Amino acid sequence: MSRYLRFLIIAVVVLGLLFGLDYLFPGGAIHPELRKHLSDNAARLLPYIFRIAMLAGIAITLAVSLNLINGFTGQFSIGHAGFMAVGAYSSAYFSVNFGANLAARLGGGKPAWGLALVLATLIGAVCAGLAGLVVGVPSLRLKGDYLAIVTLGFGQIIVVFLNNIEAVGGARGYSGIPIVKSFFWIFLIAILTIVIVRNIVKSAFGRALISIREDELAAEAMGVNTTRYKVMAFVISSAMAGAGGVLLAHFDGYLNPKSFEFIKSFEILIMIILGGLGSIVGSVLGAVLLTVLPEALRGFAEYRMVIYSLLLIILMITRPQGLLGTTAAFKGWRGRKQKRPRSRTETEEITAEDSSAIDSVAKATLGERQRDSSLGQGEKSEH
Amino acid sequence: MSTFLQQLINGISLGAIYSLIALGYTMVYGVLKLINFAHGDVYMVGAFMGYYLANGLGVRGAQALGQGADSLIARGLLGGGVMQPSLITALVVMLLAMAICAALGVIIERFAYRPVRKYSRLTALITAIGVSLLLENGGQVVFGADPKFFPELFRKRNIDLFGGASINSADIVVLVIALVLMIGLQLVVYRTKTGRAMRAVSFNLQSAKLMGINTDRIIMFTFALGSALAAAAGVLVAIRIPRIDPLMGILVGLKAFVAAVLGGIGNIPGAVLGGLLIGITETMVVGYLSPTYKDAVAFAILILILLFRPSGLLGSVAQEKV
Repeated sequence: MSRYLRFLIIAVVVLGLLFGLDYLFPGGAIHPELRKHLSDNAARLLPYIFRIAMLAGIAITLAVSLNLINGFTGQFSIGHAGFMAVGAYSSAYFSVNFGANLAARLGGGKPAWGLALVLATLIGAVCAGLAGLVVGVPSLRLKGDYLAIVTLGFGQIIVVFLNNIEAVGGARGYSGIPIVKSFFWIFLIAILTIVIVRNIVKSAFGRALISIREDELAAEAMGVNTTRYKVMAFVISSAMAGAGGVLLAHFDGYLNPKSFEFIKSFEILIMIILGGLGSIVGSVLGAVLLTVLPEALRGFAEYRMVIYSLLLIILMITRPQGLLGTTAAFKGWRGRKQKRPRSRTETEEITAEDSSAIDSVAKATLGERQRDSSLGQGEKSEH
Repeated sequence: MSTFLQQLINGISLGAIYSLIALGYTMVYGVLKLINFAHGDVYMVGAFMGYYLANGLGVRGAQALGQGADSLIARGLLGGGVMQPSLITALVVMLLAMAICAALGVIIERFAYRPVRKYSRLTALITAIGVSLLLENGGQVVFGADPKFFPELFRKRNIDLFGGASINSADIVVLVIALVLMIGLQLVVYRTKTGRAMRAVSFNLQSAKLMGINTDRIIMFTFALGSALAAAAGVLVAIRIPRIDPLMGILVGLKAFVAAVLGGIGNIPGAVLGGLLIGITETMVVGYLSPTYKDAVAFAILILILLFRPSGLLGSVAQEKV
């Protein structure tokens, strides 16, 4: 009972805090009453900080959701931006055509976005989840780098289709989406994502996912229906990415297919790799760092991505598991073979598998020499 | 009929370029089991090297555009001479760009991929993505983000064919050079000792090492070879369509990778076949369907091939070892 009580208290405190902040800073601006008590500097700075905080909230949603499939399930997907786009566009379409009406009717004079936004988020998440199902069922049969390239391909196909759908603006982009910047809603979704992923990971379902990451064959041998679990994790991850897309769509009020190309997927990927695959805290840290860092590096705007990519390479060379990651995610992939150190000296034991491989390579490499020597013999016999 | 023939010619020309890039993917995948994401960007660097070399050598076409024809290189190396646009100029530019990119490939291998080779393949893949992003964004800083126009390396003209189609002399040059390079590669891989070692490394790296092959050197050589081919593709593409920009390698690189998978990754004739198929399909979609869908074609093919024949058209079926 005390566990539930604790949960309730935490929930109330967090929600209250978010609600309070949302009240004081509606839509990222400052409440007029509060404005009176602030200095000009603070009044300039606070909305800016809130804008970055909200962007970080969206980034957290995306990063944590990607970590579920990449970090915990060990399925390397790099098409996250595609699902984000599905969520963003479907919810934007809803909001433009139905949501705005609904909000106006509910609110009387001033639009009340509460219910309309909840519906938009649900629609975005469900559509992205369905897209995840369509993509996941065929592609999750593949492993490793093939899976990576197929998810990347699907993400790109989604962008090509968005470019061609005139109802959502096509290549010109989709404008006129109602802007509903809500600190409360953004962080509620982010926290929900974290809670959902955390609970999944701690559950039997999550243990099955981690077993797939560690050794898919062993997991299957233990009776884990790996395909089913992988697809489920993929759909959940996609749906949450869709929710992140919903937040983004209503943040700027404008969407362009270009912003969902695989560069965006890579950005989210870098967040979770920097934080560490298989670590929720790491994902949050990575998302916040990579949202704040560009602002800090504003003076070197054109070098920003250069610095990112260098950072990524150096990180991979020096600490491939990321800042807070578990090394486990990096062992499972190549299977047992990889666990042997590569720089093995010749004095070490040679396994049966090795020796058969050596035989076949020996045949390939020595073929020439043997032929040479037989030629030589031939010449000798001619003499 | 003439439309079909025309699209076929365009498709083969485009496909030959995809093939050249796909060869680099397939060779690197063969020896390291790594998708070298940066390969498409090496192709981009190749095109830019061609651009700077052509301007540096003072090709007339560049002079007409007023782009630094009497540059330092032209004055220093050629005694102020200005090279005439001709096939020889095109070849010189291409070979120099190939040499520079071969060095770039070796540097990438040595400083980015070799240190992570002891970790998992996932780490190597992420590193490759990092190198790719570095080249793209570094390219935007160094070369400038705006597109550049490649000087005309030789006079282009259209040659009429039967059936109302025509072929541009640039397409002929692209095809001939691509063919020569592919035959050259085939000779290197199947007729030299180094090529034999490459095949051994791609068969099994550990045992190749135990057989006394200097695997580090072979991997480096593979990168040099693949990158040189990518650079050749970059210059050829710029001869065909003279508009180059630092992000041009992303999509082309991905499509070439798809070509490599389509043909059976690790398989050299497969990469050529895959490249041609992708190139032809793409131009057919542009010609008969809609140009807006051309970027989706390659990925649709990729998804189909991976679902129905993951080993590719010419690849051998790999058994999963338990």
